[in-house]
Amino acid sequence: MGPNLFANYYETAAVIIFGIGFTVLMLHPNMIKKVIGFNFMDTGVYLFLAAKGYIAGRTAPILTDGVTSSEAYINPIPAGLVLTGIVVSVSVTAFLLALTIRLYLKYHTLNLDEMARLAAEEEA
Amino acid sequence: MAFVQNFPFFAIMLYLAGGVICAVLRPKAAKWYCLAVNGAVMLLLLATFFFVAGKGESYVYLMGHFPAPWGNEIRIGTLEALTGAAFAGVMLFSLLGGMEHIFEDCEPEKVNLYFTVICLLMSSLMALVFTNDLFTAYVFVEINTIASCALVMLKYNTGRPLIATARYLTMSLLGSSMFLIGIILLYSVSGHLLMEDIGEAVQTMFADGRYEFPLTVIIGLFSISMAIKSALFPFHAWLPDAHGSATATSSAVLSGLVLKGYIFLLIKIFYRVIGMNVIAAEHITNILFVFGALAMVAGSIRALQERDLKRMLAFSSVAQIGYIFLGIGMDNEAGMVAACIQILAHAFTKPMLFCAAGGFMSVSGGSKKMEDITGAGYRDPLGGAAFTVGALSMIGIPLFAGFVTKLHLTTAAVSLGGFKSVAGIAVIVVSTLLNALYYIPVIGNLYARPKDGRWEGVKARYHWEYAAAMVVFILLNLFYGICSGGFVQAIESGLGMFG
Repeated sequence: MGPNLFANYYETAAVIIFGIGFTVLMLHPNMIKKVIGFNFMDTGVYLFLAAKGYIAGRTAPILTDGVTSSEAYINPIPAGLVLTGIVVSVSVTAFLLALTIRLYLKYHTLNLDEMARLAAEEEA
Repeated sequence: MAFVQNFPFFAIMLYLAGGVICAVLRPKAAKWYCLAVNGAVMLLLLATFFFVAGKGESYVYLMGHFPAPWGNEIRIGTLEALTGAAFAGVMLFSLLGGMEHIFEDCEPEKVNLYFTVICLLMSSLMALVFTNDLFTAYVFVEINTIASCALVMLKYNTGRPLIATARYLTMSLLGSSMFLIGIILLYSVSGHLLMEDIGEAVQTMFADGRYEFPLTVIIGLFSISMAIKSALFPFHAWLPDAHGSATATSSAVLSGLVLKGYIFLLIKIFYRVIGMNVIAAEHITNILFVFGALAMVAGSIRALQERDLKRMLAFSSVAQIGYIFLGIGMDNEAGMVAACIQILAHAFTKPMLFCAAGGFMSVSGGSKKMEDITGAGYRDPLGGAAFTVGALSMIGIPLFAGFVTKLHLTTAAVSLGGFKSVAGIAVIVVSTLLNALYYIPVIGNLYARPKDGRWEGVKARYHWEYAAAMVVFILLNLFYGICSGGFVQAIESGLGMFG
């Protein structure tokens, strides 16, 4: 297990980034930091996906100098998946930011715990 | 190819286009458009259901006639068609049942956006039910997440739904990221994204004993991510706030349909992608069994303590989701059939309860506290009848939908043998008792006389939409409870076509 961690350092880094983002998204009460955490987490996932799709010494499958052997190229599908994933995470980020604006206009704070307290007071 | 085979594709596209069209229509027009699309899809998918049931086997539909690695596929069997039709139907009547509240709770000039979101939500649910491609499933899981969060958020006049949305979105995003990692790992060991191709690769891997550890991780990731999104017990913290504070239709739809979409996807992954033999060998079902059992008891206990009607119904959903996972966790055919029966039974029952709760709120000054809704059964007789039917169904009284679940779940538990069998039956019994303990006092409260003449002279003024929804839901519940044979047969044959 130990040597594998260093041999696959891309994946290791990706999982660490994912962990940082995960923790911030989950535990941090500040909405903006939650958004940042979410983007960290997704970046980790995309790094993982890109690392899984890359083979050292090969290039993207774009024919320029007439090389047609599949040995020279990497599989383009993981890159396509990363692009799709980025589109998804951009739209989710936009949604989260819109939500944050609405919450801020309502409670004048970005702290989710504080908002919950204010909402409870409002209802009481 | 018969023309009817196009209908599931039409269903997804009608909803997607509906999302765009409703965004530019006036609120009233958007409402009628959305209702028409829901009705049309329900009929289309019913036609597909009878076509597939007559044919006796599932079929693959190529989007744009491109074969698999380039194009996208959907696959339709009886179970998919039946679930799709049921989802569209339940959505139609949940919309009708909560229509007045939609127009009260959303900003007046933006009500059309509510219908936009509904259309997008339904298109993603339909895609989750029909898709045969794992990455498409991921994309639609995300669309579903955004749409369902927007449904909670669109109630604009109070802050509580906004906070609930923030929590809901956080948990959902964790779930979808885990799902994506699962897909990546599976892609990197199998080299496919199409469900059947992955299935074959996994079977050879399993037979050769290669990639044992990654497979365990993958199955774990899929199970946990779908469990978070469908609010299985330890991951349910976001659900009561979100479902308890949204407008009536949103609560109904989120409890009745959205949670089921994810579970349906999980069942599909278990059958078609991983294969039930691998799942059984990995013992992941035992874990789902334990969590399902915990959910059934813990959800009911929390519901018992709740003094807020809609939050009580939300906790009851946690318990009902537990039934589904208990069935999946039994790891035999009968258990899986029971789980699918419960998916439909709960989809037919919970939206009715939430819509009725919305009706009680409008005759109780907008409050959903137990002490304020006292006597609401007299002020809103139709809602009272619907709530009573729904509550009896949840408890599992014969003739109602919930009984069919409990009957099949118990039979499946008996057939297991050993400790799991005893534990399963014990949990079903305890959960049934708890259900009765919190639903019967509510019915009593609905038909009690309010103290010192409160709510004197308040009477529900029925709009045809609410009345129609309540009557149809009551009839649907009874129909499902009494004529369950046909449904069970369809589910059994559907699961047979699933693999």
